[in-house]
Amino acid sequence: MVRYLARRALLLAVTLLIASVIIFALTRLLPGDVARLILGREASEMALANFRQEFGLDQPAPQQYVNWLVGFLAGDWGRSFTGTKAPVQPLVVGRLGNSMRLALMTLVISVPLSVGLGIIAALRENTWVDAAVSLLSLAVVGLPEFVTGLVLINGLALGVRALGLPATSTVPDGTLADWVRQLILPALTATLVLVGYISRLTRAGVLEELRKPYVRTAVLKGLPTRTVIFKHVLRNALLPTITVTALSFGWLIGGLVVIENVYNYPGMGALLVEAVKQRNLFVIQAIVMVTVFFFALANLAADLLYALLNPRIRLE
Amino acid sequence: MPNPVIEARGVSMDYRLEKGWLNAVRDVSLSINPLGIHGLVGESGSGKSTLALALMGYLAPNARLSGGAVWLEGEDLFRKSQAELRALWGSQLSLVPQDSLAALNPAYTIGDQIAEVTRQHFGLSRRAAWQQAVEMLARVRIADPTSVARQYPHQLSGGMQQRVTIAMALSARPRLLVLDEPTTALDVTTEAVILDLFRELIQETQAAALYVSHNLGVIAQICDQVTVLYAGEVMASAPVRELYARPVHPYTIGLLASIPRPTTGVETRLPTIPGVAPALGDRPPGCVFAPRCPAALPHCFTDKPPLEMIAPGHQVRCHRWHEIVNGDVAILTQPEAAAPHVAHQLAAESVLSARGLRKTYGGAGWWRRLTRGSARRVRAVDDVTVRVRPQSTLGLVGESGSGKTTLARCIVGLETADDGQLELLAIPLDRRLARRSRAQLRELQMVFQNPNDTLNPYRTVGQTLERALERLSPQPLPPDQRRQRVLELLEVVRLTPDYADRYPAELSGGEKQRVAVARAFAADPALVVADEPTSALDVSVQAVVLNLLKDLRAQKGASYLFISHDLSAVAYLADWIAVMYLGQIVEEGTAEQVYQRPSHPYTEALISSIPVPDPAQAGGRIRLTGDAPRAADIPTGCRFHTRCPRKLGPVCETDAPPWQEAGGGHRIRCHIPAAELLALQVSAPKSD
Repeated sequence: MVRYLARRALLLAVTLLIASVIIFALTRLLPGDVARLILGREASEMALANFRQEFGLDQPAPQQYVNWLVGFLAGDWGRSFTGTKAPVQPLVVGRLGNSMRLALMTLVISVPLSVGLGIIAALRENTWVDAAVSLLSLAVVGLPEFVTGLVLINGLALGVRALGLPATSTVPDGTLADWVRQLILPALTATLVLVGYISRLTRAGVLEELRKPYVRTAVLKGLPTRTVIFKHVLRNALLPTITVTALSFGWLIGGLVVIENVYNYPGMGALLVEAVKQRNLFVIQAIVMVTVFFFALANLAADLLYALLNPRIRLE
Repeated sequence: MPNPVIEARGVSMDYRLEKGWLNAVRDVSLSINPLGIHGLVGESGSGKSTLALALMGYLAPNARLSGGAVWLEGEDLFRKSQAELRALWGSQLSLVPQDSLAALNPAYTIGDQIAEVTRQHFGLSRRAAWQQAVEMLARVRIADPTSVARQYPHQLSGGMQQRVTIAMALSARPRLLVLDEPTTALDVTTEAVILDLFRELIQETQAAALYVSHNLGVIAQICDQVTVLYAGEVMASAPVRELYARPVHPYTIGLLASIPRPTTGVETRLPTIPGVAPALGDRPPGCVFAPRCPAALPHCFTDKPPLEMIAPGHQVRCHRWHEIVNGDVAILTQPEAAAPHVAHQLAAESVLSARGLRKTYGGAGWWRRLTRGSARRVRAVDDVTVRVRPQSTLGLVGESGSGKTTLARCIVGLETADDGQLELLAIPLDRRLARRSRAQLRELQMVFQNPNDTLNPYRTVGQTLERALERLSPQPLPPDQRRQRVLELLEVVRLTPDYADRYPAELSGGEKQRVAVARAFAADPALVVADEPTSALDVSVQAVVLNLLKDLRAQKGASYLFISHDLSAVAYLADWIAVMYLGQIVEEGTAEQVYQRPSHPYTEALISSIPVPDPAQAGGRIRLTGDAPRAADIPTGCRFHTRCPRKLGPVCETDAPPWQEAGGGHRIRCHIPAAELLALQVSAPKSD
């Protein structure tokens, strides 16, 4: 197990290294001269040269890459090109915290909801319940987040004022009530995206397991249906759901661009869009690296959990 | 007369398919007394599993009971609520399922899954139930039950898994045990041991048992009463000795005759039952067997014969049973002589020779180490030398995991052997498929085990065969000639021309396998490697394919490397036999030498374990204890020493045994002198 972990950690490092090369190359391939874009058309050659020198953009690309990578590992993620030219790290880490709050809230709502719906649909296969769950989840998946987001804002925040839900979300402070109040609408919007995928997958997983001979064995042992489903079927049926949930976590951390904009929530997605617009290279690089890291980490966690729950893999 | 434990009276069952409710089982009655082992025989689709589960009061979600009743010690099972049935399942009515690995939950330990039964039915505490589970494992003769209880299903061998399901089924002392093909997935050596275990345990628990199987050999070994099911109806039901000694129903007669036996020999053809069993919803109105019956009269097609008692305990459903009993109608013609088969005995010549072939899996490259960790090395084929003589068949036998399939794949080129020399028709054959000439590809063809997986479902039979012709012909054939050749090939495998336009899904298993054979013979190969070509087929269909292979050998002058775990099928086709154990050949000789005087202790045990379809020969002499070691940890010295009933002593554990010549090409790899081994076989009472 220790060897397995060490091997996976090594693979994680390799993944991140490859990702860093790709990110760096992509940001340098963006069209337009960064210094010109930041300083404006009126800027003198002198000012441009100074800018390039200040951020090391005058050096050859491989050198820039090495400098950035070494600095990144040491905790110096570069400085922002705009405003006070503040260091990137505190900015991104702060936004990361916000994104994680929202991601956590979303998972708390969406995973039990969609797994539950999936199980119900599978157990009522080919009945109106199954059809209703399938239709509804597919319908909401098809809607873009800005539509569902606006519907939720108009319906719940502005429509039913008694609920006291804000139309734009801020970062919640410590209390649970504040968490729910501030994050419920964006989390619900993200949930509507996830629920279709996770519930369909759960349904398929449960149906597949239900057809396996060991389920009949369990029934013919005289076990109550409850035990057959919860102990025998779900233990195996939910394995694929773990992987998808982990991938969703990665998406929730770095990919909630639209939802964060709709609710004006200060997460990483919103920051990324802003940074791309401004060609704020170090901010882009830092956000993408952090997102890749969390994607890979969530995947690793999923694999470990999968192995833990699946003796066929654990004991190989 | 004791009261029966279970009694089915006029049971009829339907399945719901798209077309509506279709009848699957019709008017079946049977009863089993305590200690009775009732055999239920039938081919796939006969409804035997459906009926077996109905005896437990269990219906599949799309099945219904449309008539009759099932009584468990006087109580009507189908009048019980789900809760009442749940109280009976696992305690009074237990199932030993077919595929034990699939029937066990992969996520829980063995101990946990067995303990569940007594926790549920007897309300035992977790600890007490676990303790009881360990005791049950000991009762099914599992060595070291304490540690096995903590293991997961996938960590056990097939035989061990099956013991676990038996322990589970017996842990609450059921009144009725339903055994649904419990040994079908096992090797004959393991099967023989498990059958012994069933006999003992049923004796011990005083239960009644229903034993479902398609294998008449196994049924003969263990049952005392047999019911033969065909297309959902009982054709015959009789005490086991009577059924095998004096079969009356034409189906029973045909079925028994179509089984190859170790003594059938290579000179004869197997009698076969023409046609295929009718599909659900497509059953003929009169006698369901009439379309395939050699003795059918016009009224057989219109009037359903009643099930008549012809002797105490012997029932038959046939209009003509009187005539058959009196010998006025002969159902079977005498076994036909096979087409003259001249096995060339020229020692120097060989179609294929393999020398020192090796294949090891799980080496450790850097990538593998990084991603998977270092895997253990498995020596699947270890220094194997075999030779296939012109126009003859080399039968390759051995338990699963012996490496016989790997050897076949290395020869055909689907796997690349690590080492060794191959020669095809005296020309060196590269180990890599890509380096073989087109002519060599043509001369060396393969037929696989499962015809369902080997034919492209999106191509018609004609397209499949045309493609084979296109790929393998020495010179390109114009389209009309190709079409002509396709029809010829179909004729060779006894299929009518209209099969050319059918898709694999429209064919039965036996027909698909015939197409696979036709494909292999598309370009007149010199050698056909057949890996378990009949194992996935029903008995009556198996005989057709075996006959076909035998005929083609004579017609086309091909040779075979025939691989099977079914030693009777091998005996039917092979002139020479090689016995493989853990990656090595341990005995080699002519079929007669190997079957009549099996000299290696492993071969002896293997042949003694064959379930012969004759109740008078129940229970062979030799049982192998323990499972074959895994190919990843091969024992030192003689590989068989861990299970050998004739082990000499330390020499077997330390030194690899030498090859010994026993005369006439018969070779044995054993420390015991060949003369001594042969003498043992002559003095031992022959079982057949």
